[in-house]
Amino acid sequence: MTINKTKNGDAMTVALEGRLDTTTAPELDADMKGSLEGVKELIFDFANLEYISSAGLRVILANQKAMSKQGSMKVVNVSAEIMEIFSVTGFSDILTIE
Amino acid sequence: MKELTVDAKVENLDEVLAFLREELEAHDCPPAKEMQMEVAAEELFVNVANYAYDGGDGKITVSIDVAEGNSCEISFKDSGAPFDPLAKEDPDVTLSAEERPIGGLGIYMVKKSMDAVEYEYRNGQNVLLIRKILSK
Repeated sequence: MTINKTKNGDAMTVALEGRLDTTTAPELDADMKGSLEGVKELIFDFANLEYISSAGLRVILANQKAMSKQGSMKVVNVSAEIMEIFSVTGFSDILTIE
Repeated sequence: MKELTVDAKVENLDEVLAFLREELEAHDCPPAKEMQMEVAAEELFVNVANYAYDGGDGKITVSIDVAEGNSCEISFKDSGAPFDPLAKEDPDVTLSAEERPIGGLGIYMVKKSMDAVEYEYRNGQNVLLIRKILSK
């Protein structure tokens, strides 16, 4: 998985490429924990994300929890396949998906 | 039916998923269904890798069978201590982001996304079976 972060003032876009699974989720978790200071708007771009499992959902939820305290978060460019995973888990109700 | 036996270690996840993916693609599985099968398989494999042998070494055998009518069956067999992961209580998926505990979703996703999920302890083995119709 590739993590591509772009900062624009207090907004940060995190573009993910590849697979967010049990093997790669800890990388994203560690990376994000050190990156959120001062961020008011967090955008996850899933355009090139091929796959997400529950390990990936855990990291997304942890970031949503952190951002609820300091600003906002949204997820963009979600594929139909990943949207189904979000629906099954109720994530489609708790995340802002555009 | 195709079968793969590997050490029950998280490092072997990619190999297991690639093995299943190849078979699913060979049967023209629609992408959304393929991801659901993989997500379920990842969950069950990682569960065995993390817990079945209590930190020790052991094997897991994964088999996949796509039958007539595109009914796909994947089974996981390990020789660890008897453990039924399906017995776990389902999480409350109506809670808000703030209220939700992080984690606990994996097995629930398996139950919700498959047509059938069965656990059995048979001949000294944990046998978990998932089944889903692959066609639209």
